[in-house]
Amino acid sequence: MAIQLGNYLMLASIFFAIGAVGFLTRSNALIQLMSIELMLNAVNLTLVAFNRWSPSNHLGQSFAFFVMAVAAAEAAVGLSIIIRLFRLYKTVHTDQANTLKH
Amino acid sequence: MSAAGTILFVVCGLLGLISALATIMARSPIRAAVALLVHIVALAGLFLTLHAHLLAILQLIIYAGAVVVLFVFAIMFIGPIPASNGPPRLAISGAFSLAAMALLAIVLSFLLAGYNPPYEIIAGCPSGSGAECGQFGGVAAFSGYLFRQATAPFELVSALLTVAVVGAIMVARGHSTPAAQASDAEARKLSEPDSGGGD
Repeated sequence: MAIQLGNYLMLASIFFAIGAVGFLTRSNALIQLMSIELMLNAVNLTLVAFNRWSPSNHLGQSFAFFVMAVAAAEAAVGLSIIIRLFRLYKTVHTDQANTLKH
Repeated sequence: MSAAGTILFVVCGLLGLISALATIMARSPIRAAVALLVHIVALAGLFLTLHAHLLAILQLIIYAGAVVVLFVFAIMFIGPIPASNGPPRLAISGAFSLAAMALLAIVLSFLLAGYNPPYEIIAGCPSGSGAECGQFGGVAAFSGYLFRQATAPFELVSALLTVAVVGAIMVARGHSTPAAQASDAEARKLSEPDSGGGD
């Protein structure tokens, strides 16, 4: 049985939904960042799958390449922000970062 | 698609699904990081079924070899999770987000699962031509496309990565002037739980 484009898109949408649930549900900032990486990987899978079904150029794969690079840069900056936040609040739970709230 | 490609898709899809669930449900960040690593390797396998050979290797190098390692270093720096988890989140918001995302995934799957555009067989390299023959998704073809059609974004991404590294170091290092350290101490005092809200 051949795997069709719809199967890849279905898998990518499930990965994206899992990442979104993880980001919205967990309060640990590190796990939130990992959920963001899950969502970005799902988008990469979508791009590469579409490119396989129109292989006249490599547009989808190059887009995925740049998404990968930007995601790496964003992970670095996000982790440095978390480390700074940890120094301030002594915790990485975003529920407790509420100084601006009151 | 050959039988081996189908088997690879099924195995890597299941592995990616299980590891994605393990990432968001992990009790400690280090377990989530290991589950994320497994998910990234599964995704590299999926890229291989999609004839994206260079991108699969880049996925392993960049994500598994750099991003996950950065996560592990940050977890090592932050240290073990204390026993108390802080105030518990509202159960309603968690259930609502779960229901909304499940609905999204189900709707997308129903819409997309039957999408069957024609499938072009991409010929592999002929047997005597060596490892690289300019096929779709290989090193020569993909990097040729990047070099010709995406030169400017490529150079800009290298500038972006430099700026990101410099910014990450600056943010994580903290301040050294006395005025900035005084404001840091004041922020720390404001963020303590017993200081109470202002009025």
